[in-house]
Amino acid sequence: MITTYKEALRQAITEKIKEDKNVFMIGEDIGVYGGAFGLSIGMLDEFGPERILDTPMSEASFTGVGVGAAIMGMRPIVEIMFSDFITFGADQIINQAAKFRFMTGGQLKIPLVIRTPQGSGTGAAAQHSQNIEAWLLNIPGLKIVAPSNPYDAKGLLKSSVEDDNPVIFIEHKLLYSTKGEVPKEDYRIPIGKSKIVRSGNDVTIVATSIMVKRSLEAAEMLEKEGIEAEIIDPRTLKPLDINPIVESVKKTHRLLVVYEGCITGGIGGEIISRIGESEAFLYLDAPLFRLGGADIPIPYNLNLERKATPQIEDIVSKAKEMVGDDWYARISRDA
Amino acid sequence: MGEISRECEVEMLYKMMLIRRFEEQAEKLFMKNLVHGTMHLSIGEEAVPVGSIFAAEKTDYITSTHRGHGDMIAKGGDIKKMFAEFLGKETGYCHGLGGSMHIADFSLGNLGANGVVGAGIPIATGAALALKMKKRKDIVLTFFGDGAANEGTFYESLNMAAIWKLPEVFICENNMYAMSSPVSKFVATKNISDRATAFGIPGITVDGMDVVAVYETVKEAVSRARKGKGPTLIEAKTYRYRGHSKSDKNLYRTEEEIGEWKKKDPIINFVKRLKEYEGISDKEVEKIEKSVTQEIEDGVNFALNSSESSADTLLKYVYAEEGEE
Repeated sequence: MITTYKEALRQAITEKIKEDKNVFMIGEDIGVYGGAFGLSIGMLDEFGPERILDTPMSEASFTGVGVGAAIMGMRPIVEIMFSDFITFGADQIINQAAKFRFMTGGQLKIPLVIRTPQGSGTGAAAQHSQNIEAWLLNIPGLKIVAPSNPYDAKGLLKSSVEDDNPVIFIEHKLLYSTKGEVPKEDYRIPIGKSKIVRSGNDVTIVATSIMVKRSLEAAEMLEKEGIEAEIIDPRTLKPLDINPIVESVKKTHRLLVVYEGCITGGIGGEIISRIGESEAFLYLDAPLFRLGGADIPIPYNLNLERKATPQIEDIVSKAKEMVGDDWYARISRDA
Repeated sequence: MGEISRECEVEMLYKMMLIRRFEEQAEKLFMKNLVHGTMHLSIGEEAVPVGSIFAAEKTDYITSTHRGHGDMIAKGGDIKKMFAEFLGKETGYCHGLGGSMHIADFSLGNLGANGVVGAGIPIATGAALALKMKKRKDIVLTFFGDGAANEGTFYESLNMAAIWKLPEVFICENNMYAMSSPVSKFVATKNISDRATAFGIPGITVDGMDVVAVYETVKEAVSRARKGKGPTLIEAKTYRYRGHSKSDKNLYRTEEEIGEWKKKDPIINFVKRLKEYEGISDKEVEKIEKSVTQEIEDGVNFALNSSESSADTLLKYVYAEEGEE
């Protein structure tokens, strides 16, 4: 069935709540209001106030309530209304959820999901538009998932709820209304598996979240110019499934990583480092490139906001530059 | 004494002495460089964990703090596993991965000490929420200090526990100093328990040097929590004889002040009262002391003779694997 990303997420939560009495959702205004993005509209009526638990404006502590409930065998789904507000819950995520199992020598499990919408493109300015995955990428003990389409969103959310570790589940606001095929039958997408979403021989584009959609559109334009891009969606950012990327780069000899978060210290640097350390490095015909968000807070003005993150035309022109130039000849030319 | 049986009182005395000797021994091991990192001793505060934990059922839960050795011992913690953990041994509670600040024993209902001030409070609140959702009768005691009472998590969690009427008892071990800062400098009200008013729940201040007073106060709060009437904030005024941690040079208080508090020593005074009201003999006290000494000695020997944490422990517990317990 053709379903929106938001509806797919909603189905995953609904089905898990029905299936497992330990699953419940907790967050701000998720009840009558249905959450800031309307994802849980109607769920309060269906499941009652205990399993769709509205909280006060207390992110630091309701995130911790999720941790405490999880160690007692519940499977809480915590909603952080905007990913930007995850800063309040940082101690509970970084110092507690991520480390509790390790610090106690494996005495407990933390089956906790923290769902949060992120990203720019809604004109909401610097405190409601950030990409936060880079903040958490170097925290061992966490898993980070960022689906790019309805099918993956549903399958990955179910897997996240069933996982015995804390999972940061990143949704993109601009994807909520996008549509895709979601089968009626029950399925899961495993955490830690990337996916080749388009095959091609000329350049490998690794794109995350909203950038998968933009890269696919860019690939259509590149095709018209005779360039075949291979697109890989990691789907899970931590742990990263690097092997399909290594294999792809060995085939295309070129790698471009596209992500929305600020370019410095982001997922792009991590992927590129791993390729630099792999045998794929020896196959390269062009430098390894990143297209990421500018190192600036997201501006309010819509034109400026657009300029702050990679757009389709940026992906097209970077891919053309990578494929079109003979980089080795350029070295001798410049020398 | 009141409603506590003689047998229970003797057990309480035993635990208080065990905590005191355990920490004195831990301090010695630290001085010998056998324990590394940092260590927070609760010597002088023993009446709070013992009075509180004995007022609850064995099946109830606690969350503890960086100054939590007493909480673990009162909850029935294994001295051997505790010393082994301090020494970074494989046989320790956390296989040498946690150390002094992260002692936990889930099988005993200790949901963990915590190295971050105030961080255990929301975790306890979540555990209490889970117990309520599972319709269980158990309750959670959350221990924290006067320093933590100034963290945002304290207010947020008290509020949530109050609005949801969670089976939780908030126990503030007010030992008069948050590191070097006296309570009077950072708390405007006379008592920390006065803050309970803001959340519409009972707040009680109790003499934290008096194990029986702590027991009786917590007992009532536990009963209230178990009946579904919601949380209570208890402030037990107590004192740590030692510094905040091993780096403390005691620049913020006087020897006279420490001496004054030592006159209220929870163990000495409890022994006096037991002699007076329960007719406990010197011989009986001596027997308890001997048995405590033996338990400490066995614990240290066990730890010293255990092997170091092995390298495969390093990666084993970062993530839970599928199907793992």
